[in-house]
Amino acid sequence: MTIREALPILGFLVVAVLVSLFVTSNVVLNFLVFTLILAIAAQGWNLLGGYGGQYSFGHAAFFGMGAYVSAILQQRFGVNAYPAVAFGMVAAALLGYAIGAMVFRAGLRGSYFALVTLAFAEVLRILANAIEITGGAAGLLISLNLGAGNLQFANRSSFLILAAVLLALAMLMTLAVEKSRIGAQLVAVRENEAAAAALGVDILAVKLRAISLSAGLTGAAGALYAQYFLYIDSNIAFGTWISVEALLAPIIGGAGTVFGPLIGALILQGLSEGTKMLIGKIPGVDLIIFGALLILVVRFPLHRIPGVIAARWRGKGAP
Amino acid sequence: MGYPPEILLEAVANGLLMGAVYGLVALGLTLVYGVLHIINFAHGALLTLAMYAAFVAHGAFGLDPYAAMIPLAGLFFVLGYLVQRLVIGPASRGDDSNMLLVTLGLSIIIENAMLAIFRSDTMTLRLPYAMSMVELGDVLLSVPRLIGFGVTLLLAALLFVLMTRTDTGRAIRAVAKERTGAALVGIDVAHIYAVTFGIGTACLAIAACLLLPSFYVSPRVGNAFVLVAFTIVVLGGMGSVTGALLGGLFIGVVESLSGLYFGDSLGQIGIFLIFILVLLLRPTGLFGARA
Amino acid sequence: MSHFSLSRRQALMAAPVLLAAPTIARAQSRAIKLGIIQPVTGALAQDGEYGRLGAELAIADINAGGGIKALGGAPIEMVFGDARSTPDGGVAEVEKMQAEGVLAIVGGFASPICLAASQAASRYDLPYIVDVGVSDQIVSRGLANTFRFGPGFGTVTATALDNLVAINDAAGKPSRTAVIVHEDGLFGSGMARLLNAELPKRGFQVLETIAHPTPSRDMSNVALRIRALNPDLIIPSSYYAEFVLLSQTLQQRRIRPKGIYCILNGAASNFRFVREFPEAANLVMDCNHWADPRKPKTAELRRRVEAQGRFWLYNVPLNYSAVMLFADALERAGRADRGALIQALAATGAGFDRHIMPYGPTQFVNGQNQGGKPVNTQVQNGDIKVIFPRDFADAQPIYPVTG
Repeated sequence: MTIREALPILGFLVVAVLVSLFVTSNVVLNFLVFTLILAIAAQGWNLLGGYGGQYSFGHAAFFGMGAYVSAILQQRFGVNAYPAVAFGMVAAALLGYAIGAMVFRAGLRGSYFALVTLAFAEVLRILANAIEITGGAAGLLISLNLGAGNLQFANRSSFLILAAVLLALAMLMTLAVEKSRIGAQLVAVRENEAAAAALGVDILAVKLRAISLSAGLTGAAGALYAQYFLYIDSNIAFGTWISVEALLAPIIGGAGTVFGPLIGALILQGLSEGTKMLIGKIPGVDLIIFGALLILVVRFPLHRIPGVIAARWRGKGAP
Repeated sequence: MGYPPEILLEAVANGLLMGAVYGLVALGLTLVYGVLHIINFAHGALLTLAMYAAFVAHGAFGLDPYAAMIPLAGLFFVLGYLVQRLVIGPASRGDDSNMLLVTLGLSIIIENAMLAIFRSDTMTLRLPYAMSMVELGDVLLSVPRLIGFGVTLLLAALLFVLMTRTDTGRAIRAVAKERTGAALVGIDVAHIYAVTFGIGTACLAIAACLLLPSFYVSPRVGNAFVLVAFTIVVLGGMGSVTGALLGGLFIGVVESLSGLYFGDSLGQIGIFLIFILVLLLRPTGLFGARA
Repeated sequence: MSHFSLSRRQALMAAPVLLAAPTIARAQSRAIKLGIIQPVTGALAQDGEYGRLGAELAIADINAGGGIKALGGAPIEMVFGDARSTPDGGVAEVEKMQAEGVLAIVGGFASPICLAASQAASRYDLPYIVDVGVSDQIVSRGLANTFRFGPGFGTVTATALDNLVAINDAAGKPSRTAVIVHEDGLFGSGMARLLNAELPKRGFQVLETIAHPTPSRDMSNVALRIRALNPDLIIPSSYYAEFVLLSQTLQQRRIRPKGIYCILNGAASNFRFVREFPEAANLVMDCNHWADPRKPKTAELRRRVEAQGRFWLYNVPLNYSAVMLFADALERAGRADRGALIQALAATGAGFDRHIMPYGPTQFVNGQNQGGKPVNTQVQNGDIKVIFPRDFADAQPIYPVTG
């Protein structure tokens, strides 16, 4: 990874900081914070799904793990928010490793992998709803205690900067992976597992590293969600909605690219909020339009054109 | 807590009856999966649509759900065919992950169209036979569920014959195995895709008609069956008709018994744990149909 | 409604300049903007739609009665937001409403939405009146802007328990054993835990507690277990569809306990259920939110709701009353100012009589109305009657059920 390759990410960060400084509308700021949290979760999915070709339908497991561990440490054990969020990430990464160790060792791929991750997420959702430490069905409220020391901000712009910095770090990490040996091996696994193995790639080790990183990132998004809304329950943390969001955004924006998850999340949330303006007396009409637009975006992926042009241009310029 | 044998017997019987309907919902899913290799996110929404169709057929035309079964199956075959041919196929431009998005978009459209048209209320049909029961010794069985069981078995047998004995069935299997090869020998792959999707959707129409007498409709009703249908598809071996049916019966019984012993809430964990274990230990499916 | 969408679009277009400029609406009228948040799409769409209906009826009544008199007859203008059945959706709507300059927000329905939305509103000292959300965490966080007119979880369960004992005692204690059936969400699980702790102290034996998920596909197992246990009482707390399945299955299997005593049940106080399953519904009791049958306004409102082809659900009177509370407090505050409105809401007393709930005198402690209590209803011959407490009842309990 060179500085030049990292420049677009720096550019994103500069734009985000400018937005947080000059946009005063909390509607917009709130929209962006939520979108960036989803983009971080999606970036996690992208590492494993986009680069490694392992489509997970259960990233909610990692999102929820990050959210719950961080929230439980703060609420039940009085741990400060910063280490709590970090522990949330680590816990999610460990969960990713554990699930990966089981399912990749069993050789599960493709739809089998997708559905088994979904099942893990569902088991966790049902458990979180039933046991005591998660607050059960009542959910878990993080006490309102505004202050940067508690990772709670009085204004939405500060949180936007936080989310943007985390997303930028996630993108840098993705870029670093992309340019490293691991990245190349991961792509080789995606394109043809048998061929990669024949070339001496340790498939299991590559997949395990990918799923751990992936889960850690998505777990960070979960911890961030908890920190932003200060409330989680089993359906928020482990619900299928976040598994779907995490995989939709990269697929729309470009799976296996550094900016794909962010672009996809912006398109998805933009469409979702945009169509909401059309709501009238009859509920549901706005979402019908959203669904139709979703299909149209897949049919006519105009947002991919700049990326394609840029890739062509780079292709010409570089040796 | 121990249960007397007649309770256990009835729980198993209930599980089998419910499992048959699960199997029917899973049939459509497994066919589409086996041929198109996509996980159809719109499956639940299409089931919802079918249930509203049966509901309207009764309300507007006085058609009993059982009488509506064949016309609705025909209608939904055409619908499924057209949706695949005109929407999913062209929109996904041959990319499997795009199909995922398109079917998800479809499910959002269908679910919210039902919400907009029928409002959010949960509605039920009142049919004279909905409450009737058959007594077999100590075991009480619901008549609509028994009918559902019978029709499902019949339908599975018909599908089996269709897949093994007809040209269309052979073409479907050829496309499922090797789509480029099938195209080379002159099979219209896009047509076969659409036919498969149509058959899967028609199965849903029949499932809807079988469910309606003893169930309810609401804009999200199909979701209740989707996750369980996915697990059945995997347990039965993806793409296998008999596997889906056996998987459905198996899951029905597991759900019923684990519900009896662990409560319906935690009992759901049982299904997913079995699912995970089966995948880890025997990924070709419990009934070893095919990989 | 069209200018709402206009200013909303402006809000979304990210132009702070546009937001600062007076919108057409503001220039045209001196209307008081009231935010109504309900989940009208997604899993909670049914409740949200009825909640919106209740709020609309109240606003129509207030405006027809000459608006807010203390403000020169200013009418109330609804700014509606769909929470899409998620807490983050609720928060997004609060932000939009803040940008639109609402004076207060009413609604939320589900506890997670209420928790998140009221907290977002507290950043702007924006008064938030919870319509239903029963979680006790909503009013125990020390948020000065948050008020709940209806009862919370603790009050509902304690009242349900007291009333059950009272009804059973009055009938000569026919029931001694019970089976609890509950949805595994916030309310059902908490209620089951409390009942398990308290019922034995009141002379009842809990034979079994059965949790079920929402949605459930089948209730045969629950019915089977109940049949094996043969309890005097069944105590269900479930959402609409699951209770319909359960009562249908019970009827099918001819399981007839001495009483079905629901707590905050989604169906037992729902006229659709009563109409579609008259036999299964008959004599089912429920401890729930319900409108005061003795107030003339209740009957009038019910007629208006039914004239629209809608059913009379508790979401309607609860939201109607919450909006009335807003109007009452605004009259007393005397100016369209959030701080003054919060003070006036907190100071609401027994004089507030425009609500239609069967509550005691209104008094807010930490945002919770101390007068808010559920009542017991029973389905009797195709109607839903209040049977307890006697002060509000329009029928006698039929209990134990015989035959």
